[in-house]
Amino acid sequence: MQEALGRFRRWAERRLPALTRYRRLEPLPILLHRRRIYIAPTGFGVAFTVLLLVMLTGALNYNNNAALMLTCLLGAMTSASMLVAFRSLNGLRLTGVRHGHAIAGEPMVLQLVFTGGDHAHASIHVAMGEQAEAFAVAAHREVIVSLNLPTEHRGWQPLPRIKLWSNWPLGLFHAWSWTHPDHAVLVWPRPEIGGPPPVLPTQDGRQQRRHQGDDIAALRAYRAGDPQRHIAWKHSAHHESLLVKDFEQPEAQEEWRLDWRQLSQLVPEMRIARLARWLGEAEAVGRPTSLWLPNEDIGLGHGRSHYAHCMDALARLP
Amino acid sequence: MIRFRLFRRKPQPVLERRPFDLLCLTVAVVLGVHAPHLPWWLTLGLALTLGLRWWQRRQRAGRASALLKLPLVALLAAAVVLHYSTLFGREPGAAMVTGLLVLKLLETETPRDARVGAAFACFALMSALLFNQSLVATVLVTLGLLPAIATLRALEPARPQTTLPRELLPALGLLGVSLPLALIAFLFVPRLSAPLWGTPNSPQGRTGLSSDMSPGDFAQILLDDTPAMRVTFDGNPPPNEQRYFRAYVLWSYDGHTWRPQARNGRPAAEEHGPVTRYTVSLEATGQRVLPALDIPVETTALAQLGPDRELLADRPVNDRLTYRLGSALRYHLQTQLNDLERREALQLPAGFDPRAHELGARWRAQYGSNDTAIIQAAMKLFRDGGFSYTLTPAPLGTNAVDDFLFATHEGFCEHYASSFTVLMRAAGIPARVVTGYQGGYWNDMGNYLLVRQSDAHAWSEAWLPGRGWVRFDPTAAVRTVHLNQGSTTAGAAAADWSPNRWTLGWRNRWDVVNQWWNQGVIGFDTLRQHGLLTPFGVNDTSVGMLGLVLAIGGALFAVPGLLWALWKRPDADQALTSMRLLEKRLAAAGVARRRSEGPQHYFSRAARALPGHRTELEHLMRTYLELRYAHEEPPADLLKNFRQAARDFRPRRVFK
Repeated sequence: MQEALGRFRRWAERRLPALTRYRRLEPLPILLHRRRIYIAPTGFGVAFTVLLLVMLTGALNYNNNAALMLTCLLGAMTSASMLVAFRSLNGLRLTGVRHGHAIAGEPMVLQLVFTGGDHAHASIHVAMGEQAEAFAVAAHREVIVSLNLPTEHRGWQPLPRIKLWSNWPLGLFHAWSWTHPDHAVLVWPRPEIGGPPPVLPTQDGRQQRRHQGDDIAALRAYRAGDPQRHIAWKHSAHHESLLVKDFEQPEAQEEWRLDWRQLSQLVPEMRIARLARWLGEAEAVGRPTSLWLPNEDIGLGHGRSHYAHCMDALARLP
Repeated sequence: MIRFRLFRRKPQPVLERRPFDLLCLTVAVVLGVHAPHLPWWLTLGLALTLGLRWWQRRQRAGRASALLKLPLVALLAAAVVLHYSTLFGREPGAAMVTGLLVLKLLETETPRDARVGAAFACFALMSALLFNQSLVATVLVTLGLLPAIATLRALEPARPQTTLPRELLPALGLLGVSLPLALIAFLFVPRLSAPLWGTPNSPQGRTGLSSDMSPGDFAQILLDDTPAMRVTFDGNPPPNEQRYFRAYVLWSYDGHTWRPQARNGRPAAEEHGPVTRYTVSLEATGQRVLPALDIPVETTALAQLGPDRELLADRPVNDRLTYRLGSALRYHLQTQLNDLERREALQLPAGFDPRAHELGARWRAQYGSNDTAIIQAAMKLFRDGGFSYTLTPAPLGTNAVDDFLFATHEGFCEHYASSFTVLMRAAGIPARVVTGYQGGYWNDMGNYLLVRQSDAHAWSEAWLPGRGWVRFDPTAAVRTVHLNQGSTTAGAAAADWSPNRWTLGWRNRWDVVNQWWNQGVIGFDTLRQHGLLTPFGVNDTSVGMLGLVLAIGGALFAVPGLLWALWKRPDADQALTSMRLLEKRLAAAGVARRRSEGPQHYFSRAARALPGHRTELEHLMRTYLELRYAHEEPPADLLKNFRQAARDFRPRRVFK
């Protein structure tokens, strides 16, 4: 049943593009307005209408005006709720999309920023693929809704169409609008599971690099065995005991100079996966890395932003 | 393997506590409005079940097992069958609906169940109106919709959280805004000309007046508010005290029941004054008699005048029947009475009512041959003899007239007409009982007289030499109110209340409201629907026409709704709005603002291009810059100043 409906919908969208006029990409912000909000009774709405018809027939048959009045009141309320359903979407704005990072195959956290119009919007659902979230927006306020975007392959991935819908207030009518923000997210490559460590060049230049780029994170009391070089003489002069510069990174970490060209024996995707694994391993222990790629050369660095920079470069590879 | 996906339900979330509480409240209201016509033990049992279920789910969510549910359903059906001896019909139906609704709660665990329950509750609420459609009942039932609507509303996720009583307010608002559209629909929904299936109380509702009369018969009919007939007069309607519609003329009395005499012959001769012509639309009665204003002189082709000027149709009236008649309000009927007729009009059963016979004989002895004085004495007896009007009189014994005249002193039109006639006959004045309708409700809007079953009445005719049969209404002597306001009011007035002036005034006012409700809403029917449209020149009230009017009315009410839904507050930034206006006018004058052009640059450029407006433009520029950048919150007078200047600014186009 569900599948048949889905097939029918896809067919309808193909044959009647006007039904989903706004399926093409749009820049943000996207404002929901009367030309793009569709409304149809829900299954419950249809059943309720049938019930109202039964009540109407009964009231007319028994010539019972009080019951007829009650039925008319319910009918009028049903149609009024249609307008309320429409209004709960009308004026809502999708003003921004923020996203985190994710490697291929894992869900990416996507944050949609909605801004309310002149009035409050109650019980809005945002549905993307299988996922749905419900939220409410007060007038002129912002609400951030987090969704998980499933990813498959590395590289640029456009956002899928997002359905905004509401059954507010009574669940009798289903108002919906499709949005397709012109926004793509970069999915990082998936690292290989296991493999050899990178082949390192000779250990020269180790000494000269030792403090390069290292920042003093803190000063601490001298402990036996600390190298003399690390004693902060100037600071110690103001103190009773000796102070030692504490470095952020462990000394033992050697830099890794990762190079696309060294992996010429592998197919490109395997090379990317291996480089991604190395980058991840280096990031985990805080090891400085540099990365050479055919279209980009990233100098030595470490930390989260450096890792993200390198992974982005890997993800963008053709 | 084939999987049946058609019936596969999506897993549903568990119902929250708030909607469940609201649903329980809804069901409690349903139970409350049905309680008056359910057996008390059933109401009690259902209320207990409801309370237990509510308490159980508060402790721990979970469906009742089928082992509990199925026996309960069977028990309910058995109880209904035992009590009513059937499952079908209005009362057993209502009992079943209410019971099933309560039992539905036992398995309500998901939003879907709650939706079904709330919708079903709406139906159950409506069915309560089939028993009682008074104003109070209707308002109560309408208020009962509030928790049902609130339940549906509470089922939607991410709604504003409030307390339980406050959940009802938006529902009230929704009902309030729907009221105008509901009224339009109510006014113009085409009514059925004939019921699709049997109406619930057809045997009683169809009879109306019966051909014979024994005191106490009318009690049912006098409480029946259904319309009996509607009368449209060609000229002005006759005054209320002359609106006597005669149906049956009853001659024969057996001590208990008055019956018509099987008589043949031509209608009794009469002399009459001016003729009032009118059209009667009679509801189905299942009988042949056609009520006619006293006394009919011009008849219709559908019926014949009987010997006593009663009108008999050729066949029983099984559908609504419309006929035209002419009647004389001033007349002399049958000035000559033959011996047989005189004997029949004086006949009294032997061995009944000795005291009444004695009283009649005494009057005759006292007043001699002065019939009028005797009649006045009888009327005086009813007026001053401590008689009261009530629809629930004390029961009478074998000597019904004696018991009534000398013991109970209470009764309604039948008692008075019957005893008056007996007194007359005892005094030797030929007399007979006439039944029919009296009064009616004059509808100004529809310009017709609505006569209800409750307007049924019985009066007497006495034969006076030279004047013929003259109508006497002893009930009117007791109860003048009947002639003016109809029996409904009198029924209420006869009820038990303390004779406090304030209470009386309040009760009367309340009765007017009730009357208005009964006549304006409950009695609103096809004819009045017609009457609504006639002033607008619409004489055709076919279903299609009504549908058209309904559609137009609905569309008229949809306009404000759409405006409300689509309305957007004007741009809050008024300075920007005025600036846009300026830009538009300047663009029309040939100076369009470039993208990313600042206001200062733009105004300067405009001033250069339009030297005639230099001072004006410079002023505008200064004001705008001050508005925008000089203050945290722009001063109101400055804003006003700028808006005014922007409105007044009308550049002349530069011709290059």
